Amino acid sequence: MTMTTTSAPNPRHDLLTGWGRYPLSESDIYRPDRIAELQAVVTANSSSLIARGLGRAYGDAALNDQNRVVDLTRLNRMLAFDATTGLLRCEAGVTTAELIDVFLPRGFFPPVTPGTRFVTLGGSVAADVHGKNHHRDSSLAAHVTWFDLMIASGEVLRCSREENSSLFWATVGGMGLTGVILELELRMRRVESAYLEGELIRVGNVDAAIEAFERTEAQYGYSVAWIDCNSGKRALGRSVLNLGNFAAIDRLPRDLAQNPLNTKPKLSPIVPFDFPGFALNSLSVRAFNAAIYAFHRGKPHTIFDWESFFYPLDSIRYWNRIYGKRGFVQYQCVWPLNESRAGLIEVLEAIARSRRGSFLTVLKKFGAQDGLLSFPMPGYTLALDFPVTDGLLEFLDTLDAMVLKRGGRVYLAKDARMSPETFRAMYPNLKNWQAAKSVADPNNRFSSSLSRRLGMTE
Amino acid sequence: MNRVLILGATSPISRALALRFASDGARLYLAARDADEARRVAEDVSARSGVTALSGTFDASDFAAHDEFVRNAARDLGGLDGVVVCFGTLGDEDAAQIDPDMALATISQNFTGAVSLITLAARHLEQQRSGFIIVIGSVAGDRGRKKNYVYGSAKGALALFVQGLRGRLAESGVHVMTVILGTVDTRMTWGREGALLTIAPAKAADLIYAAYRKRAEVVYVPWFWRIIMGAVRLIPESRFKRLSF
Repeated sequence: MTMTTTSAPNPRHDLLTGWGRYPLSESDIYRPDRIAELQAVVTANSSSLIARGLGRAYGDAALNDQNRVVDLTRLNRMLAFDATTGLLRCEAGVTTAELIDVFLPRGFFPPVTPGTRFVTLGGSVAADVHGKNHHRDSSLAAHVTWFDLMIASGEVLRCSREENSSLFWATVGGMGLTGVILELELRMRRVESAYLEGELIRVGNVDAAIEAFERTEAQYGYSVAWIDCNSGKRALGRSVLNLGNFAAIDRLPRDLAQNPLNTKPKLSPIVPFDFPGFALNSLSVRAFNAAIYAFHRGKPHTIFDWESFFYPLDSIRYWNRIYGKRGFVQYQCVWPLNESRAGLIEVLEAIARSRRGSFLTVLKKFGAQDGLLSFPMPGYTLALDFPVTDGLLEFLDTLDAMVLKRGGRVYLAKDARMSPETFRAMYPNLKNWQAAKSVADPNNRFSSSLSRRLGMTE
Repeated sequence: MNRVLILGATSPISRALALRFASDGARLYLAARDADEARRVAEDVSARSGVTALSGTFDASDFAAHDEFVRNAARDLGGLDGVVVCFGTLGDEDAAQIDPDMALATISQNFTGAVSLITLAARHLEQQRSGFIIVIGSVAGDRGRKKNYVYGSAKGALALFVQGLRGRLAESGVHVMTVILGTVDTRMTWGREGALLTIAPAKAADLIYAAYRKRAEVVYVPWFWRIIMGAVRLIPESRFKRLSF
């Protein structure tokens, strides 16, 4: 690329949080709109820097308190698309929402998407996001053929499984700590229609949920369960499983089949009503969870539109604000398969006893996984949110201990409070990761509030 | 089909405007100083709209090269139906107020460079008796403020130049539109205190495109800046010179 001498753009000094709005941080934020400007920011001085996309990490992964943050959202150009291979080359600021806007009408969908489409691809690779199809299609990195990484020197390295491969695997799930992803190549998934066919299955407890996941694993490419974490005893883990596959045109009712790639209409919602305006307390959370469970009276095979199936929360745009100023903490953990049943029961019982209701709790079965710091492992994952109230942090430490003793771990893209010791025990590949990072970033220029809190480079 | 040359294609407003033209099927030539950036913008427009956009480079201050540049762009597009002038830099205004070389650089990048290119484009369109010229200016050009008068004077001069051009081209049917932009969320306003009423580049592009479709002459984007600047212009000079905004 042309190397022009460009000076770094002016920063904006501002407060920043993650999606959970906890913790708060203060940084100089740069927002380059050309690559030469980004390079000027990276090489301007040796102070700490972290890249940020749309800031959908819940905790402090995209925060750099008292240091520099570079906002990559303006470097979002799509560069080339090959409709025969589905390979898309684009800049890291492109969002999953844009991928859908541009390519779903042409019969392509992102190969892996998290629960929101308002995330950048760069951030998604850095967190190595997973979706409802993890058990079959693995995480996002499995569909990335290469990416260009700008390291601390300002140099840009092509990283792939063949070239600079240890840097590739250190960057995937590496939380932005190896450098800034500029550009990547992603294999999009071909779909016949913008609709999915599937089912909603209600189950009464944890064992029934696990049995339902196992039974339907081969049949459905996408599966997730909303689990009511407020019901205890015999109803512990009662859930609604949402299962689906992209629908072939001949599976659609006639009115939809006439325009199968119409991305606009929303069919019946999976969340039964628009978010209610009442304040969140344990009663209302219980009521909400009970309502979801009651709403889905085991409908037979159904056609879903893509938006309702993949992004029910996106339509409640700023749902993260319902907890008010205090914010909330998202807790997502995974257990190895043979510990999952016991682990789930243990944690769900602890939560029910604590009466700390989670607004929305998600259960999913994972498949296999690569990446040095990637989160998933074959087993079951549980994701919950808790308002930040007295005693919460101690409570979550007790959950950490339960998860850790069974060989599980916690997801960094959601973490805001885990201790360095717990982190080190949960991520056995840390030393290998540190070695790869120190080659690309010997002076530890890329660091974040998350990396300092967890002691990731110590 | 519209064949449109966009000068200053790497600005976020130009990018957004290019997408609007492309979604209506326009064939685009996107030009900027940085060849790599112009190419990226063109590839982006092509990928998103499905209509191939071309790219190239130009330097506002390299007057000698302008004639050939406009010819080549028109040739590559297979003709020219419209030109959008959307380039300019605020630069280091404080330095420009002290150093005449820097002041002259600001003027050539924001005014004289545009004059040269617009004159060439106008000749072409006048001959074929059709087409349009859209020139993006700024509220900074509506009155000289002590904070940014070097940049502001260039934009003000440009608006005056385009106003006269409008008159000359009226009888050949060429549509000449002046856009007076308020504050838009770009590099220019990022990190600057008191950047009130800022709109997103995509929103600015929507308003510009809508005004172009309606064949507006002079449009303030957004509309309320017309009122604000009208009031600003009424302030007596003896008072205004002391204001610190």
